[in-house]
Amino acid sequence: MARHRFIPGFGLTLGFTVFYLSVIVLVPLWFLVLRTTSLSWAQFWAIVVDPRTLASLRLTLLTSFAAAAVNAVMGFLVAWSLVRYQFPGKRAIDAIVDLPFALPTAVSGIALTAIYSSNGWLGSVLEPLGIKVAFTPLGITVALIFIGLPFVVRALQPALEDLDPAVEEAAAILGAGRWQTFLRVILPAVTPALITGFTMAFARAVGEYGSVVFISGNMPLKTEHVSLLIIAKLEQFDYAGATALGSLMLAISFVLLLAINSLQWWTARRYQGN
Amino acid sequence: MVDRTAISRKLIPDMIQTAKTTEPAWMRTILLGIALLFLLCFLVLPLAAVFTEALRRGFGAYLASFRDAAAMSAIRLTLLAAGIAVPANLVFGLAASWGIARFKFPGRNLLVTLIDLPFAVSPVISGLIYVLLFGMQGALGPWLAQHNIQIIFAVPGIVLATVFVTFPFVARELIPLMQEQGSEEEEAALLLGASGWQTFWRVTLPNIKWGLLYGVILCNARAMGEFGAVSVVSGHIRGKTNTVPLHVEILYNEYNFVGAFAVASLLALLALLTLVIKSALEWKIRAEAALQVEEAA
Amino acid sequence: MSIEVRNVSKTFGGYVALRNVSLCVGNGELVALLGPSGSGKTTLLRIIAGLEVPDAADGSAVIVAGEEISARNARERRVGFVFQHYALFRYMTVFENIAFGLRVRPREERPAKAGIRERVNRLLELIQLDGLAHRYPAQLSGGQRQRVALARALAIEPKVLLLDEPFGALDAKVRQELRRWLRRLHDEIHVTSVLVTHDQDEALEVADRIVVMNQARIEQTGTPEEVFHNPASQFVMEFLGHVNLFHGRVESGKAVVSNDASTGAPIFVRPFDLEIHREARGAAPMRARVRRIQSAGPSAKVELAGDNGQPILVEMSHDRLRELSLRRDDAVFVNPREAKVFLDDYSI
Repeated sequence: MARHRFIPGFGLTLGFTVFYLSVIVLVPLWFLVLRTTSLSWAQFWAIVVDPRTLASLRLTLLTSFAAAAVNAVMGFLVAWSLVRYQFPGKRAIDAIVDLPFALPTAVSGIALTAIYSSNGWLGSVLEPLGIKVAFTPLGITVALIFIGLPFVVRALQPALEDLDPAVEEAAAILGAGRWQTFLRVILPAVTPALITGFTMAFARAVGEYGSVVFISGNMPLKTEHVSLLIIAKLEQFDYAGATALGSLMLAISFVLLLAINSLQWWTARRYQGN
Repeated sequence: MVDRTAISRKLIPDMIQTAKTTEPAWMRTILLGIALLFLLCFLVLPLAAVFTEALRRGFGAYLASFRDAAAMSAIRLTLLAAGIAVPANLVFGLAASWGIARFKFPGRNLLVTLIDLPFAVSPVISGLIYVLLFGMQGALGPWLAQHNIQIIFAVPGIVLATVFVTFPFVARELIPLMQEQGSEEEEAALLLGASGWQTFWRVTLPNIKWGLLYGVILCNARAMGEFGAVSVVSGHIRGKTNTVPLHVEILYNEYNFVGAFAVASLLALLALLTLVIKSALEWKIRAEAALQVEEAA
Repeated sequence: MSIEVRNVSKTFGGYVALRNVSLCVGNGELVALLGPSGSGKTTLLRIIAGLEVPDAADGSAVIVAGEEISARNARERRVGFVFQHYALFRYMTVFENIAFGLRVRPREERPAKAGIRERVNRLLELIQLDGLAHRYPAQLSGGQRQRVALARALAIEPKVLLLDEPFGALDAKVRQELRRWLRRLHDEIHVTSVLVTHDQDEALEVADRIVVMNQARIEQTGTPEEVFHNPASQFVMEFLGHVNLFHGRVESGKAVVSNDASTGAPIFVRPFDLEIHREARGAAPMRARVRRIQSAGPSAKVELAGDNGQPILVEMSHDRLRELSLRRDDAVFVNPREAKVFLDDYSI
């Protein structure tokens, strides 16, 4: 099959691609898996059910889920506004949605901490109301909302733009109210995109480090994100523990990646006819 | 996935809407108000906080933060890491997109998925894998120690981690772009007698230049700003293995807030510059796509 | 410079695009590959260009200008190719597009700058776009772009010129103008050319010879007159224009048409090979009723319904129509002047 090709460079480009991919990505990742399999099942299990690990996993999954859920709602609203409404400064707002992608996580981490600490702009307002953000799970959620927002907005925007206005007109002519049209026509059409955005935001949150490390306070059993726990184990030279947790997180990311890919494949087949 | 969709966004700027298919004015105002307030609290305030905190003690104190050997060495190391990672991933992106977009072969989709892998891996794990491979307790650690080669807690580890986290940026921009453009122009050039390299330099490269620049800009922003992965492999040796983001962390943990935010403001400016260029490129790419659509019509 | 294709097959995965196809194109000839989409005509053209490689098989060969196409790399083949969607280099001006094939030659073969300019200017004159040398492709109309693409292909003085649906993306009027212009151009420069098209009018008007393709095979090869008047198969007959289908039997070498579909062989008659009469004439006239008369156009078309309701289309001159003074719902008789029967391989 690869013998005769009119366009040159097949062997060169693909050979280099596979080589570089293997050296930089596949082999190192493979060593993590290999290292994990050198642990016995009992050792692995002991690391996972350790109370500190369990507390950290629980915290990570819950805050990530909460943040992704908030982003699903607010991200929808932002995407809707950007696609459907006209307002001054729209292009700038559209560009700034990507700020969490562009801003180094360390910078967002210290900036969020500054805002939400007891003498910060928002912290000083919220604290008298009894809402403590910095150094609590709520603070972690806030940081995860920040870094997850663009995933939802950017997944939804093209889906909302692709909606055919004629379908909404048809719904309106058939007597549907605006709310009914939204629930029965618009929402089902963009649900795959919404789920994709939600899952990407969730996946990113589960693995986040930089923006969380400053605002969380890193108290074991209370506000320790699993990324921080892995670092803590590494700093104590507990390589087995770090490896076990690392591959567990890797497995979670792969499951989520697989879920996103299957969803997109399924949607493409179902709605675009092959 | 995310950035690609931003490019391929529809060319029609805004839908023409009738009263039946939009919300009442008061409703629109409320929805838009909530959306903007949310963006203000979650995006604009943190950005403003960086600059406010950096200038808290005045402009003199701000500038003084950079007159520091550790800060300068951090900037140098960051430029070095990005200076290696970006060109390496640029060459990779060009090779991968040519191989994947210009030929059909079994396993092509798998390859595309594998190229995206580093985006699915947490930054901490991206660093961890190199520690497990090259660290003292790692698979190659003892051999490296014997030969006096240090990778982890040294510059090579930082470069490697940076290359890993920025790996897919250029390739994932170029692959869909080149697939969309098709191979006809290259076929025409080759039939007219051009060599493979002539075809690449004179026909392919001009066609993909904006998409390429887009990928490079994003790749560079991440390379200069990466924190988690680099943090794991760096060892935080001041003046030696600290990049700019790591230097921010150290200053912050030493309660030198003005210094931390001053250095952070550099990174924030880089982020803003990135967003401006990115937005301009998206506009440019969309305009060209519109031109091509019109041409095909 | 002739082209010879011998026993070529091509499969893409499980899909057969060409099944053992052979073809000869003589020096200076303009041959059209005509067929519906999916018939394999573009694949055949791309194989002649060397863009695709045929399946390996004994006795299979593609010989262009006396040489096996795969024996030389693209640079030395000198094949001119015109793409349906032009494939102009979008970041080069018209001038740069046309000059490209000359400028990429190795230094020792490359004409001097002045020589390149002169040749490009001559080609610009030939395609009547002298004033537009510094425009970019996006600033040209479709017809102008296709002429630039043709000039670009001719600039390298190709041994053969291959055109893949060159007018397919253009609107009807430009398409007609361009194909006449192409024919005149060919009469001037006489380069061996192969043109792929799905438009039978285009093939009939432009080509010296037509190769009709269907389902990965060649159905018939011949001059436009041959394929039109002596189609070798039912497919060719149907593809080259409207036909009426009747049933009937063959009696002493002559077709006797009857309307009984249950018995007899299919008989094909072109609309202008049918005559309408007010009264019964000839061996086996068919009764029919006028449904619609369409007299706009070079000839008049009358749609009728046969006894059992099957539609019949008759074409005649305006004079004849006036003579008959037909009206809707008039009862008339239809006689075939000439008919084609395809009984396996036997046709009359």
